[in-house]
Amino acid sequence: MKPENQVAARPRLLNERNMHYCPGCSHGVVHRLVAEVIDEMGLADDTIGVAPVGCAVFAYNYIDVDWIEAAPGRAPAVATATKRLNPSRLVFTYQGDGDLSAIGTAETIHAANRGENITIIFINNGIYGMTGGQMAPTTLEGMKTSTTPYGRRPDLNGFPMKISNILAMLEGTCYVTRQAVHTPASVRKTKAAIRKAFENSMAGKGTSVVEVVSTCSSGWKMTPVAANKWMEENMIPYYPLGDLKNE
Amino acid sequence: MGKIHGAVEIDRERCKGCDLCVTACPTDVLALQKAEVNDRGYHYAYTANPEACIGCASCATVCPDACFKVWRWKD
Repeated sequence: MKPENQVAARPRLLNERNMHYCPGCSHGVVHRLVAEVIDEMGLADDTIGVAPVGCAVFAYNYIDVDWIEAAPGRAPAVATATKRLNPSRLVFTYQGDGDLSAIGTAETIHAANRGENITIIFINNGIYGMTGGQMAPTTLEGMKTSTTPYGRRPDLNGFPMKISNILAMLEGTCYVTRQAVHTPASVRKTKAAIRKAFENSMAGKGTSVVEVVSTCSSGWKMTPVAANKWMEENMIPYYPLGDLKNE
Repeated sequence: MGKIHGAVEIDRERCKGCDLCVTACPTDVLALQKAEVNDRGYHYAYTANPEACIGCASCATVCPDACFKVWRWKD
């Protein structure tokens, strides 16, 4: 096995710590993609990430770039200040659906509406993973969670929120896309989307949003393989993959 | 045309036994250990059928914990 024949390895910017995520968690894949893209763009010393509150709260422990930890939901507001003060840096937030579409709805929508030159990476697994599998705004109709044990009822709990579609309608966003990381092909597409979003941020084109439809095998109480299958059959029909806006 | 060969190396202690690589592998190279576990108690993935590997790196692409090193070469 010659070194020149190597086609895959652990990215340089992903450090040696073992991630705390559950087996099969989509966060690990997206972390790796972020680390790979930053390194490929040569921005390892010029990137500031904003970590959310949620399972990805420890993102700063795993990817070796500069990080700021924001209060729940406030990552886009923190990223706004960071990018305005450091316009030459790549500034991105990494948020889950509880953080972005519930607690931080206002910050997210207004940062996108102002067209801040940041990238928002949005992990949508339809549940509050870290706190014990409660219903999130993105939870599907009929989906059982610890706070909707008989399934989500629209008359009682409202409808699942397609926040990326809302963000795509705003003038300030330049690129809004929805991807997934359940197959090798979808992982490659997500990587290309993250790259495009980061390039847009560096070119000052406005806010880029990369939604990644993800699994939460612990919260959904499934094996990782079954969770991927369930996601394909239930999540993706409601949250169809593809670019929502590309300007 | 030469035959394509591949090889994978798995970081056994980092593996959490999620089974995603086993499902993603198109040539059934990988399997999870049935009896043995690593230091953290997971049934880790191993190369049950290494000769079949074509070095497509699908396993490395879907692995959430970046456990894989993959090589590919032609005769």
